Amino acid sequence: MSEPPLFEVEGLDVVYAGRDEATHAVRDVSFSLGRERLGIVGESGSGKSTTGRALLGLIASPGIVTARRLTFQGEDLRALDDRGWQAMRGRRLSMVMQDPKYSLNPVKRIGEQIMETFRLHNPGASREAKGRALAMLEAVRIRDPEAVFHRYPHQLSGGMGQRAMIAMMLIGEPDVLVADEPTSALDVTVQNEVLRILDDLVSARGMGLIFISHNLTIVSSFCDRVLVMYAGRVVETLDAKALDQARHPYTRALLAAAPSLDAPKAELSVVTRDPAWLA
Amino acid sequence: MSAVAKSDSAPRSQAEARVRGFARAAARLLENPLAAAGLAVVLALVAMAVFADTVSFHIPPNAQDLNARLLAPGAAHWFGTDDLGRDIYARVVHGARVTLSIVALVAAIVAPIGLAVGASAGYFGGIVDVVLMRITDIFLAFPRLVLALAFAAALGPGIENAVIAIALTAWPPYARIARAETVTIAKSDYVAAVVLQGAAASRILFRHIVPLCLSSVIVRLTLDMAGIILTAAGLGFLGLGAQPPTAEWGAMVAAGRDVVLEQWWVATIPGLAIFIVSLGFNLLGDGLRDVFDPRAS
Amino acid sequence: MSAAAKIAVEGLDVTFRGSGKPVYAVQDVSFEAAEGAAFGLVGESGSGKSTVLKAIAGLVAPSAGTIRIDGKPFGARRTPNERRAMQYVFQDPYGSLHPRQTVDRALREPLAIHRIADADSRIAVALDEVGLDARHRYRFPHQLSGGQRQRVAIARALILSPSLLLLDEPTSALDVSVQAEILNLLARLRKERSLTMIFVSHDLAVVAHVCETLAIMREGRIVERMPVDTLRTGEAVEAYSRELIAASRGYVRAAAK
Repeated sequence: MSEPPLFEVEGLDVVYAGRDEATHAVRDVSFSLGRERLGIVGESGSGKSTTGRALLGLIASPGIVTARRLTFQGEDLRALDDRGWQAMRGRRLSMVMQDPKYSLNPVKRIGEQIMETFRLHNPGASREAKGRALAMLEAVRIRDPEAVFHRYPHQLSGGMGQRAMIAMMLIGEPDVLVADEPTSALDVTVQNEVLRILDDLVSARGMGLIFISHNLTIVSSFCDRVLVMYAGRVVETLDAKALDQARHPYTRALLAAAPSLDAPKAELSVVTRDPAWLA
Repeated sequence: MSAVAKSDSAPRSQAEARVRGFARAAARLLENPLAAAGLAVVLALVAMAVFADTVSFHIPPNAQDLNARLLAPGAAHWFGTDDLGRDIYARVVHGARVTLSIVALVAAIVAPIGLAVGASAGYFGGIVDVVLMRITDIFLAFPRLVLALAFAAALGPGIENAVIAIALTAWPPYARIARAETVTIAKSDYVAAVVLQGAAASRILFRHIVPLCLSSVIVRLTLDMAGIILTAAGLGFLGLGAQPPTAEWGAMVAAGRDVVLEQWWVATIPGLAIFIVSLGFNLLGDGLRDVFDPRAS
Repeated sequence: MSAAAKIAVEGLDVTFRGSGKPVYAVQDVSFEAAEGAAFGLVGESGSGKSTVLKAIAGLVAPSAGTIRIDGKPFGARRTPNERRAMQYVFQDPYGSLHPRQTVDRALREPLAIHRIADADSRIAVALDEVGLDARHRYRFPHQLSGGQRQRVAIARALILSPSLLLLDEPTSALDVSVQAEILNLLARLRKERSLTMIFVSHDLAVVAHVCETLAIMREGRIVERMPVDTLRTGEAVEAYSRELIAASRGYVRAAAK
């Protein structure tokens, strides 16, 4: 891979000042992302979502983001001001979140929202907006793009809403997509459809993808590499295919704790938290 | 980020748990300087009312001295005297008692009625809801002052009638608040759990649902206090509240009307008292709302 | 209905008639579970599986059909004693406990309603059985973690010693590691008390772990009943069942370029 990495993160820290003590949501996280799919896996409180948000500059006060290095395509993200972030988000970097009910504007039609995003990043090309929006809805395999174009978010099913959200987030043609639990709120059959769409779009456009999830199975089947997070730290980085050769006790415990459809387990292995993992 | 309490040791009894919860809420309230100021004003009002004689240095509020009429504020009379020579400072302090009793009586009447009506309407729904809410609407339609005048005309003026008149028009909003909260709470899993345990409707309503409506009602009450005080003062101003010679702030403002230009203190100082106490209740109410609704932070 | 069945549901219909069109949430659902068995109800959203559970619990009135427990029909209105026969564990650990009541109070309530004596010691025993202790007894729900809240919910459900336990996605809102603890706890309690369980979930792996038999539901109807082995092998009869089982195995990536 001769191309420089899209993301270079070194020593990322996110701290929230609290009433009594400070909370370190993310501690000393380092990784790099090329044109590949990186999964970030962890349970609640592991810091995976906070990491994703930090990459998009979405950590609001009282959170403080520091890093030894935080660059995107060579640009230092720590130095970006509001205008810098506006130019970055949607156009070079984008994010898909868990529940389209909460991330789509409920009082605007789908088509309007997608067009708005397009116009924001292509100020001169307003006339093309509708055509591009419809093309994008087709690209996410919505069967009747014209109809969905005129609908409101609450009129869409979970899977369709998520596809509309993906369409909106990819219309700016970003180089990297951060997906934070994009399929967790969906039924399992719909999940696979949406993953298929993401798979095809990311491959076709040669994008980098960061896939954040609590579900180790999905992440291992969807991504190239996986970061396992615990208590704000990255405890292990491994190839998605080599998950069964995981070495860190937390990763192994996580794998053993999940019930499996294939092999019955008499008792599910419980994760005994070793304070050494917090070191 | 688990919610397990890390630093403090576990409470060892139900009472201890409650006391700690209360102390935590109080600490949060006092962190807000405006709310703390409001609380201070309210507590000062209560202290003034309870210890009226001591606070007023045992100066009798109704003692007339026609040689000392309309004296300006000074060393002998801190707030001056009115047109019958009575010490205004003493009258303001004793007036606090009247104000506080009106406010407390109204609160003691409207909160339970509002909660009972609203929670029942919200929980049972159907015809019960319709009937109770239409009754609420009827009472809501009465303008407060007009009803008070009607009462005074029918039953004669006086504090008790003023309290009844104010309470009769003040309870409907509490019923609405209680109903709205109850409708949401009734759908929750914890209420379903108690239903599944075989609890009777009255138990569910009064032990499980009403306690959750209390915080909204308390906030509304403190914010309403200002309005109630002003209404009582208005009634006093019209001669329908406390009757002379009882010191009551609204009546004192009315009495000082004629001399407001030259002897400004007679009307202005009781007016200031009304203003400060209303403001204090408002600030306290805002602070309580922030404490009870953690999302507001 | 077979003689040994603990619970028998026959021809259950639940229709919601609101302001719009009627919603046929459950249509002609029938199944049985023997005493001490764990029966799974699986389906995607809108399948009606939770509504079936609520109808059994008496939280929702059936429009048609019968529900028999130990041979006795249970109608929409329940006596307090009938309520004791079955209890419910809800999905959302954050919503199933009264926010202003301590754990102690939450566990005391069912005992008070049924006038059961010795509340203090019974509460201590109930907490111990679910792996909690005196430290948690006087805490409020917001001071507990999700797993701890769910343990309290289970303790509350079992304190009246029901013989039938209805569980509505009890671990869906929990982390994998916490889920493992709760599922192990439920397995242990089931064995100790010979509980009959009806377990609703959208997660096939969890249902496979907990139950011996299950029914797959779709849009209010039962598509297929099967033993758990069929779930594991994936050799179901109906196409939808096969589709669901295959989808649960995870995502299969397109061949890399």
